[in-house]
Amino acid sequence: MNVIRGRVWRFGDNVDTDVIIPFKYKARTLDPKELAQHVMEGIDPEFPKKVKPGDIMVAGRNFGCGSSREQAPLAIKAAGIAAVVAESFARIFFRNAINIGLPVLEVKGVSEKTFEGDVLEIDLAQGVVKNLTRGLTFKATPIPDMLMEILRKGGLVNYLKERRLSQ
Amino acid sequence: MKTLTEKILSRASGTDVSPGDVIEVEVDLVAFHDLTGYHVIEVMDKVGARKVSKPENLVVAFDHLVPPPDVKSAEIQQAVRSFARELKLPNFHDVGYGILHQVLVERYVMPGQVVVVADSHASTSGALGAFAQGMGASDVAAIVMTGRTWLTVPQPFKLVLDGEPRQWITGKEVSLELLRVFKADYFVGTSIEVFVNEPSKFPMDYRLTVANMGIEMNADSLIFIPDEVTRSYIESMRNVKLSKVEKPDPGAKYVDEYTLQLNNVDFLVAAPSSVDNVKSVRELSNVEVDMVFIGSCTNGRLSDLEIAAKIMRGKKVKTRCIVIPASWSVFKKALELGYIQTLVEAGCVVTYGTCGPCIGGHFGVAGPNEVVVSTSNRNFVGRMGSPQSKVYLSGPAVAAATAIAGRIAEPGEVL
Repeated sequence: MNVIRGRVWRFGDNVDTDVIIPFKYKARTLDPKELAQHVMEGIDPEFPKKVKPGDIMVAGRNFGCGSSREQAPLAIKAAGIAAVVAESFARIFFRNAINIGLPVLEVKGVSEKTFEGDVLEIDLAQGVVKNLTRGLTFKATPIPDMLMEILRKGGLVNYLKERRLSQ
Repeated sequence: MKTLTEKILSRASGTDVSPGDVIEVEVDLVAFHDLTGYHVIEVMDKVGARKVSKPENLVVAFDHLVPPPDVKSAEIQQAVRSFARELKLPNFHDVGYGILHQVLVERYVMPGQVVVVADSHASTSGALGAFAQGMGASDVAAIVMTGRTWLTVPQPFKLVLDGEPRQWITGKEVSLELLRVFKADYFVGTSIEVFVNEPSKFPMDYRLTVANMGIEMNADSLIFIPDEVTRSYIESMRNVKLSKVEKPDPGAKYVDEYTLQLNNVDFLVAAPSSVDNVKSVRELSNVEVDMVFIGSCTNGRLSDLEIAAKIMRGKKVKTRCIVIPASWSVFKKALELGYIQTLVEAGCVVTYGTCGPCIGGHFGVAGPNEVVVSTSNRNFVGRMGSPQSKVYLSGPAVAAATAIAGRIAEPGEVL
């Protein structure tokens, strides 16, 4: 949860949950490993083979629009993606990502100036994203405290477990 | 001076809310279906508590893969069914009742409620004046256990529907017109409050379609201001009397406002592979079609089947045509009114309330390079089956005309 550094995969606007993980796999499994084998298949069938642990996704507006399936951020996380940075997120995807412990940052202006293969450095606590390849620094929209707390605990399940134990 | 969204969320949070606030609210109604239910229960088990804070506020209906087409789906339903029995859930609807969103609006949702469903088309319930949002399995599990959740108060946008739509033009064309004008990401972070100037000219079935498509506009919520149409819908479906309903204050502040003249709305279709790739039917009239689907939580209601039956009466379909009424109650009324007979005689395959091909689940999954015209809500790559299939979204009249013509057509071309 400190500083994330990784190589960029670049996507466009309105990346939807059906291309992130199609229903046919969602219906069959909740297994992160199997989900990871099909992540982003709708855009690039080779993506599951090319992505490496610690990589970062950078996208345009409305990332994750469509279904409420939690398997969408789960598949991305299981594929090893360390964070998703986008101009904006669809509401449900944003919540789901935090809830399963995938860092997501809304950063205005990032998608035009970041290219595939660039290296980004993300300071989640400070809300700062640096493009080390191009020497640029961006400020992320702050994540509300409660959500940061859920992220720090690794997701909503752990958060609820602790709250339950403390009650 | 508050908008309806602010009033509902102020009541539910016990605070005086403004747009942009992150708040905690009491959830009045929470719901899941077979597939998300399975995952919700899994999350509860991981937390270590199968606990339902208010069983009377939880609605479960099986709709995604029903009746089960394979062993895995059957196992998923067994797991959710035994959860419902174990916790003695009073509002459990097994195979046979219909699509969750339709079951909710027919039987449960009231104006002014906060409704959360583990399915994105939760927005449908906004047609009755509720603040309705879809959420994922973890969020819904937390609500089932605690009765509460957090949310951000959205920015309010005022949409006015003025006048009367032309013949065969319904809520779907209105939704596609809004997507054409605003595109799919304009309403991110927004609550669209819809004011209907002439309530009787825009009936509840049309409103349910527009609210359903609210999530395709990526609005945080889409709420129709309750009026006499809302009242008569709820009172006729449920044998209840509605007390005074909440409305926005006159002079409430909206970030922006847009008036849509309903009589200007044309026959529209969303071409592959995004909901805002909207074109007129005339632009697409040479697109040959393999399969037509009339149904789903978007357009599987009585007026949709009525329109399809009127257009298909005495004719034969040229495409495969799958028709799925959204619920048991819709199916029964359509039977009584003769719509089902007309559709069957025209050559349609009619089956009962399930999501079916809309999600590429079963009952008509699209094969490679097949062209589909569907009254459902998403035409994303691979949504209805093969990633090489092509899905065009339309209203019921264009779908019915297309089934008869074998290519994308307006009703006037086949009548």
